[in-house]
Amino acid sequence: MNDAPAPSPEDAILALGQRLEKTTKAPGLHLAGETLTLDRCGGLWIEAHRTLIVSDLHLEKGSAYAARSGQFLPPYDTRETLACLHEAVVRFDPARVVALGDSFHDSRGPERMEPGDRAMVAALQEGRDWVWIAGNHDHAVTEGVGGRYAETLALGGLTLRHEPGVGAAAGEIAGHLHPCGKVAMRGRAVRRRCFVSDGHRLIMPAFGAYTGGLNVRNAAFEPLFPNGFTAHLLGDGRVFAIGRTMLARD
Amino acid sequence: MPDLPRPAAEGLPTRFAEWFATRGWEARAHQLDLLRLAGSGRSALLVAPTGAGKTLAGFLPSLVALAGNGPGKARGLHTLYVSPLKALAVDIARNLEAPIAEMGLDIRVETRTGDTPAHKRTRQIARPPDILLTTPEQLSLLIAHREAADLFGRLRCVVLDELHALVTSKRGDLLSLALARLHRLSPDLTALGLSATVREPDELRRYLVPQARPAEAEAHETPEPDSPGTRRREGTRRGGTRRAEAVIPAPAPDPGPPMAELVVVRGGAAADLRMLDTGLRLPLAGHTAWQSMPAIYDLIRQHRTVLVFVNTRLQAEYTFQELWRLNDDVLPIALHHGSLDATQRRRVEAAMAAGQLRAIVCTATLDLGIDWGDVDLVINIGAPKGASRIMQRIGRANHRMDEPSKAYLVPGNRFEMLECQAALDAVEAAAQDTPDARLGAPDVLAQHVLGMACADAFDPLRLYEEIVSAAPYAGLTWEAFEQVVDYVATGGYALRAYERFAKILRGPDGLWRVRDARVAQQYRMNVGTIIEATKVKVRLARALRGRPGSVLPKTGRVLGEIEEDFAETLTVGDTFLFAGEVLRFEGLAEDEAMVTKAGPGTDPAIPSYAGAKFPLSTFLAARVRALIADPFEWDRLPRQVSDYLLQQRSRSILPGPRDLLVETFPRGGRFYLTAFPFEGRLAHQTLGMLLTRRLERARLRPLGFAANDYGIAIWTGRDVGERIGFEPGFLAELFAQDMLGDDLEAWLDESAMMKRTFRQCAVIAGLIERRYPGQKKTGRQVTISTDLIYDVLRKHQPDHLLLRAARQDAATGLLDVKRLGMMLQRIQGRIIHKALDRVSPLSVSVMLEIGRERVYGEGADEILAEAEALLLEEALS
Repeated sequence: MNDAPAPSPEDAILALGQRLEKTTKAPGLHLAGETLTLDRCGGLWIEAHRTLIVSDLHLEKGSAYAARSGQFLPPYDTRETLACLHEAVVRFDPARVVALGDSFHDSRGPERMEPGDRAMVAALQEGRDWVWIAGNHDHAVTEGVGGRYAETLALGGLTLRHEPGVGAAAGEIAGHLHPCGKVAMRGRAVRRRCFVSDGHRLIMPAFGAYTGGLNVRNAAFEPLFPNGFTAHLLGDGRVFAIGRTMLARD
Repeated sequence: MPDLPRPAAEGLPTRFAEWFATRGWEARAHQLDLLRLAGSGRSALLVAPTGAGKTLAGFLPSLVALAGNGPGKARGLHTLYVSPLKALAVDIARNLEAPIAEMGLDIRVETRTGDTPAHKRTRQIARPPDILLTTPEQLSLLIAHREAADLFGRLRCVVLDELHALVTSKRGDLLSLALARLHRLSPDLTALGLSATVREPDELRRYLVPQARPAEAEAHETPEPDSPGTRRREGTRRGGTRRAEAVIPAPAPDPGPPMAELVVVRGGAAADLRMLDTGLRLPLAGHTAWQSMPAIYDLIRQHRTVLVFVNTRLQAEYTFQELWRLNDDVLPIALHHGSLDATQRRRVEAAMAAGQLRAIVCTATLDLGIDWGDVDLVINIGAPKGASRIMQRIGRANHRMDEPSKAYLVPGNRFEMLECQAALDAVEAAAQDTPDARLGAPDVLAQHVLGMACADAFDPLRLYEEIVSAAPYAGLTWEAFEQVVDYVATGGYALRAYERFAKILRGPDGLWRVRDARVAQQYRMNVGTIIEATKVKVRLARALRGRPGSVLPKTGRVLGEIEEDFAETLTVGDTFLFAGEVLRFEGLAEDEAMVTKAGPGTDPAIPSYAGAKFPLSTFLAARVRALIADPFEWDRLPRQVSDYLLQQRSRSILPGPRDLLVETFPRGGRFYLTAFPFEGRLAHQTLGMLLTRRLERARLRPLGFAANDYGIAIWTGRDVGERIGFEPGFLAELFAQDMLGDDLEAWLDESAMMKRTFRQCAVIAGLIERRYPGQKKTGRQVTISTDLIYDVLRKHQPDHLLLRAARQDAATGLLDVKRLGMMLQRIQGRIIHKALDRVSPLSVSVMLEIGRERVYGEGADEILAEAEALLLEEALS
């Protein structure tokens, strides 16, 4: 066909939600004087620092379930997550990659990782500064998986940490909450992972293949965004900026 | 009556003959036949219409045998009765009490259901009753019990009630596996199946008895049971045997698979079945039958008790409301469907049993169940969809088989008039369209294999032989079985990541054992194949004045439950029809949907919540096609339908019974293609998706499609009719069978239906844990969405057992791919294209589906009526 590919039905709903909200924001976002690119894969690209940030990879979540509760989820979540990360790394060719905490689902995660997946991590790290930020699931456990380890990281005016702090200074980028936004419209509901920002701080979506989400209308987000926020939902074709009034509760 | 009693002497002990006599009864021929067969240890299938004394026939052999046994404390379990409905088991236990007490028999009858208290369950294992009545799920739990071998070792008889309803589902697969285990634990077991009339009784006859081992297993030399060494080489040796088989000459003529005996009771008086024709003009689409409501109300007034069957819960709500709007006499009319609160349903059932109701508006929830002798009329609103279903429903009236059941079919539109006529013909000819026998589902087998490991250590070869003795699994290969065992042990992944967490382990003795008590506990929590959609309670709340949108939570009563998927699409202020009222959604509080009553006169804004819609049966579809094709038959149709067909014939063409009519015409700047396969909405939706893909590749710019039970309409940006005109093979290629190949695969993988199907397989096979009603959501990270699992698995191991199980379900279930395939084959070389300059009468019906799926209510009907009028005017001008 000559025409551009039709957007997915989900994207159509998201676009409708965005239009009704009249939020016409550029795909870029400004935070503490830095320009951020919100990528539809769930990663954050900061061109000025050539840095790619991903949050809550929860690697080895499948095997954690098998070990703990005898639920045998397909053991391919780690390679799937790494494949998505690889795709983003190829696209942006970052000088630095920051994994914003909870990179492994639990502290024994690195031990359970398959050799092939371990090699994949090493290949991704090749020639780059790789920073594992400490999370609550994987505090201080990045032995044997390369890269360096940090509690927090400063990047220009930005502060990168895992858990968002109430009343934190402007420019904080955090993860931890796995935000999801839902748009319900015309008898259909679309629920997607999202970035959340009020122009002062940003919360990243979870990147892992098996990571679920917490609805941004949940009370957990209220103290972090006392003056409201915009959610940037990951559509099939692009990112959709949607204001709070258009977002439904679960 | 063909069913004349024989001299009482034949096999019936005096005590029983006397008891029959005191009740003024005589034992019926089929009851004595079953007694004779079961007495000589032969399994049998009893096919009889409702009211024939089926249940008593099923129990008579056991009662006679037990009465002759004399008192004995430690007799053990003699007879097991399995019913698809818990309520039916309880009801029958009650009905058995009378003959047992009146004949002074020393027989203990008990039920075992989900409601049976724990202490009683324990006691039932230690000191079982003579007769135990239960459900398929409870039976699965029992055979997975450590004491199962002792419990069932002396079982003489198993009675499977409503077998026709069980065998068409995964529940039937599970029951067949349990039955195979019972046959093994008690080799002399007699199985008695009780069934309504079915198309292929032989399928049920095979189901009841152990099937012969497949030729492959016969040819293979069974290794000594106690030499672990041989077992390791099992796979290779089998492979060798099979290859060798290719040169072995064909064996002696196959005597056919083993079957139980068959006892058939012919139907009693013919049903008095009619189509309700009010003389009013019916629309070309829509299913509400609103024109007929006054006539239905009059029928209720003229009868004692009426069952009003409808096809969806939405329609039940609508009909109930309409009838009450007309109910000047304040007749007790009640509502019954699967979403209503269970206590409310029980209240309605009790009121019905007590003869306090004049009518119940109900869905398939009352298709089966407890006898209500007082029903003197059945009304079925909307299309019948299947001949057997309609006969089952008619049978709900007048549960005495010597009197005719009285029933009306009420069409909602002109096409449904055709369908009603086809159903009347089918009932007259006593033709059945029950579904084909099932291929046993792999997810159900996985659940069963884990259960068998919980019962006792198992030898894989012996278990395999047992499983292939169950009719649905008779074709299971050894390799497929090994894959299931591998799945149960470690998830069945090519990446062997979970070996050290295995749920079942193979010991040095070659036997598989369950890892620990926790795994057994997980099995017990997960047993069964019925996956309820996750539901949320609907509770009346009080709105806070002055604070719009705020309610006092948990203040009012629970009205019932709605599917979580539906609740998720609601936003505060939405109104919808539920439990007979228009409700306003006020928000979710914890796991409950808070609602208030909407003001009087409010139209429900949100159309529907999910509820089963049956597709038109293949059989009835063929009859409808034949009816349309033969003008000599039209005088039996209401005038408005024959007029309509005449108009179609003069405007376009009426297709022959095996043809596919394709019409193309321009309209409003777009181009339309309509086709009429008559294969049901599900198959048509799948067809629509696939045709759209092909039209896109042909650069005809498809913009959308709509489907109903009879046909589809696709609209495009470019002239598809013109293309068909100048490219002769184009249409045949468009409908070529190979669309079921790659296109289907690609579409299926992304389809929401497929994800839902996968979820069900994953729950049944124990990959993810069941969520129970009322169980609270445990927050983020604890439950993993099956959609995420599906996406990952599809990418990394597309041939995984659960994906194969989901595809097998899709073939016959939600997507009806199998039926679509049969249709594509049927129409090869029989596609008739008619290029028109405007819409034809036949096409109007499917055009009216456009945008209709989510429109409902009076306002919407008006709009549709207007649209229809405009379209028809256009077609006939």
